Amino acid sequence: MGVVQSYRLRLQRKRWRIRAFRKRRELRAISDRTARIRPDDILLFSTQRNEKIRLPYFLHYYREMGVNHFLIVDNDSDDGSLEYLMKQSDVSVWHTRKSYKRSRFGVDWLNWLQWQHAHGHWALVVDPDEFLVYPFCDTRPLRALTDWLDASSIKSFSAMLLDMYPKGRIDAQPYQEGQNPLEITSWFDSGNYMIQKNGKFGNLWIQGGPRARVFFRDAPEKAPALNKIPLVKWDRRYAYVSSTHMLLPRGLNLVYDEWGGEKASGVLLHTKFLDTFTAKAQEELDRKQHYAASIEYKAYAETLARNPDLWCKWSEKYINWRQLEILGLMSKGNWA
Amino acid sequence: MTRRPPHWGSVGIVMLVHTALDRAEQVARHWHAAGCPIVIHCDKSTPRRAYEAFREALADLPDIRFSQRHRCEWGTWGIVAATQKASELMLVEFPKVRHVYLASGSCLPLRPVQELIDYLAERPRTDFIESATTADVPWTVGGLDEERFTLRFPFSWKRQRHLFDRYVAIQRKIGFKRKIPRNILPHMGSQWWCLTRQTLSAILQDPERPAYDRYFRRVWIPDESYFQTLARLYSTSIESRSLTLSKFDFQGKPHIFYDDHLQLLRRSDCFVARKIWAHADRLYEAFLTSPEGAMSRTEPNPGKIDRIFAKAVERRTRGRPGLYMQSRFPNEGWENGMTGGRYSVFQGFAELFENFEPWLARSTGARVHGHLFAPDRVEYSGDQPVINGALSDSAAARDYNRKAFLTNLIWNTRGERQCFQLGPADIPNPVADQQEDPDMELSWMLARDPNAQISIISGAWALPLFKSNRNFADIRAEAARLQKIESEHLDVLRSPYSKARIRIWTMADFIESPMESLQTIIDEIGNKGLRRLAEAPRMTDLTGFGQFLQNLKNQGMHPYLMGDFPVVGQPVGSENDKPRKPYLVQ
Repeated sequence: MGVVQSYRLRLQRKRWRIRAFRKRRELRAISDRTARIRPDDILLFSTQRNEKIRLPYFLHYYREMGVNHFLIVDNDSDDGSLEYLMKQSDVSVWHTRKSYKRSRFGVDWLNWLQWQHAHGHWALVVDPDEFLVYPFCDTRPLRALTDWLDASSIKSFSAMLLDMYPKGRIDAQPYQEGQNPLEITSWFDSGNYMIQKNGKFGNLWIQGGPRARVFFRDAPEKAPALNKIPLVKWDRRYAYVSSTHMLLPRGLNLVYDEWGGEKASGVLLHTKFLDTFTAKAQEELDRKQHYAASIEYKAYAETLARNPDLWCKWSEKYINWRQLEILGLMSKGNWA
Repeated sequence: MTRRPPHWGSVGIVMLVHTALDRAEQVARHWHAAGCPIVIHCDKSTPRRAYEAFREALADLPDIRFSQRHRCEWGTWGIVAATQKASELMLVEFPKVRHVYLASGSCLPLRPVQELIDYLAERPRTDFIESATTADVPWTVGGLDEERFTLRFPFSWKRQRHLFDRYVAIQRKIGFKRKIPRNILPHMGSQWWCLTRQTLSAILQDPERPAYDRYFRRVWIPDESYFQTLARLYSTSIESRSLTLSKFDFQGKPHIFYDDHLQLLRRSDCFVARKIWAHADRLYEAFLTSPEGAMSRTEPNPGKIDRIFAKAVERRTRGRPGLYMQSRFPNEGWENGMTGGRYSVFQGFAELFENFEPWLARSTGARVHGHLFAPDRVEYSGDQPVINGALSDSAAARDYNRKAFLTNLIWNTRGERQCFQLGPADIPNPVADQQEDPDMELSWMLARDPNAQISIISGAWALPLFKSNRNFADIRAEAARLQKIESEHLDVLRSPYSKARIRIWTMADFIESPMESLQTIIDEIGNKGLRRLAEAPRMTDLTGFGQFLQNLKNQGMHPYLMGDFPVVGQPVGSENDKPRKPYLVQ
């Protein structure tokens, strides 16, 4: 990479940080418990809108894993989720009425909060429907992973988005608050992912899974990106560029090995396709607050109206992380 | 007074600690309870308050000493200096000690300490220290082995990597070499040793020691070579192995043990393991509170642990061949196998033989697909719309990333041989559609892959045209197009860069002895052992094909890829023995 390109990326990184700085005024602290954060705490950052039904299990899952503090931006919910979050002793919550789209889908808000609170911490950025799975997650807490990453001088950890879906109609089994969503969305596509390298940022661009297979069958180039780097030993100079798909400085995007070996990686189980999805897709379509003029949601709405079954004969039923590792969706790398 | 077990106080522990002092305290108490005097060295970078609290916590134990603190940065002299100081203190303060065991704060005794004491008492003259000459071992980081001893290393590898590398490069360039002190031969090995009082004191009280120390001060990672080299001078009996189970990964950093390694560690019969994750509560609980003695006095046997960690290194450096995923995306040429297994590509066979696909499936037991790269859809075996791994039959998705499609298919069906048909019609036309496929991407992809077995009957694409009910002008144009594509395709396959196993026959050659050629291909697939083919596929009726080719020629389009077909009748030697009707040229 030339000096010019390198300098351009540096400028771009600064631009994202300035943007985050300006967007800080859109956030109003509702309950700020960040003074309780201890120096080696693992932090979780998230934005949410009307996800009350998902929050109890979400918080439970990550507390069990070893997350010490949650920092959440509430984008104008009206389902009581803000009140629910305020009551949690390990959650700090900010509120905003401003546009999700114009904060680049929450990235600006979270970049600001991470700048303020995550410096020197391991920070995990996930949505309320994303559940991190990493090697040995059934026997080792998240801190075992972050300690190992620290010892190996690794600063960022990849966890690809794996779309989970139910067998049968998406709306056939209603989700109950507090329930493990994987009880319903327990299926996934194991081997239809397409990868390209992004020369500019150095990250991989992964597409595929049930959304590419069903919603974007004839336009695979429009299928959503599945590559994610949600776990980073944060420094206030860092910035997420687009969702958690890529970061700057670009060295953080080198979460893959190019010489034949495998680096350690995890998976984000994406439990978007619950019965709540159909209503959500319609709402998002009306709000037009999503990526690329909500092209994704248009495709969903059209297809879902016809036959909302993502399951096929070759769908794989989720068992555990070892299954994902054998299938080649994630890797232990040299962690043993 | 309770009776003490034999050899009480004969093994002294030198413990180097820097973090997780609570764990260090726990382990120190454990050693002490078994009658081992301890000298602790705490890294100078540990905050004073934490250190004071640590000393305070251990104040109730009589046989514990704390040695002068040094700053111990990885790869530098500090660790050796700390070890020297602590060992000297040990030898002076505890005259009963016969063996000195060097351990760290994150070491954990796996067997009852008494077993270790007995083991050493039975070998009173033996020094356990891994010690090998640089020429004989491959464990080096950063490409430095011999040079560890002949260059100077004033900069920190961890904090000043750039300076470190530059300084090494400069020294190499000007051919700088340090003189190794006379009468020593550099040896390396694990940092964790167990030496007898005789050997250790000989090293520490050597009149030449200042010279040695001066030399090793600038050697890189002296803690892996100082004692390992000098022990060779004095020891009467060296067992070149460490009693501490300690595995290193490909970057030379120790593997860490967690709760889920409990059973493995139990079965290893090793005395001490390192390094243990400070929060591995179950391990500390299991080995410190209820040590379960290995009933027999077995030798340490870390075989299974060795295998697990060797596999981890292999996975990190070589990976799984044929896998492309979020954390393994090899550059071209570094795939260590572009695809995950062998597969076969057939070109022209399904055109020449009417029942080729079912016949092939029967004679090989492999999965036989149709034209996977057909322009309109992926023709999976059995006409399935989706196949293993939920790979769909969408041509758009396949063409969006053909390499991903092929590697996914082979990866998803690993363990089962895949066969598929290919034809010039499947290969995007390089002439008509420049943008689509300027470089014969599909042909190159297959040609580059050593796992591909490609068998081609060239010119057989003319058969469907011959049988078609189309206007001759269309047929002529299509024949010209397909011939051009196939010809370029063959050029790619014949290039010196191609790595696939490739067999190309002209159609005329092939039908001279089809069974022989088929047998060769089937044997190579090798699924059903070396049996003769019992059944031949049914060849399509070629009556009139020669004339058809002649007609194309007469129209100015010269079909040459099928070889020389006589205008009349069947080429010689065909296995199709049915008598033919005489054919008249008009």
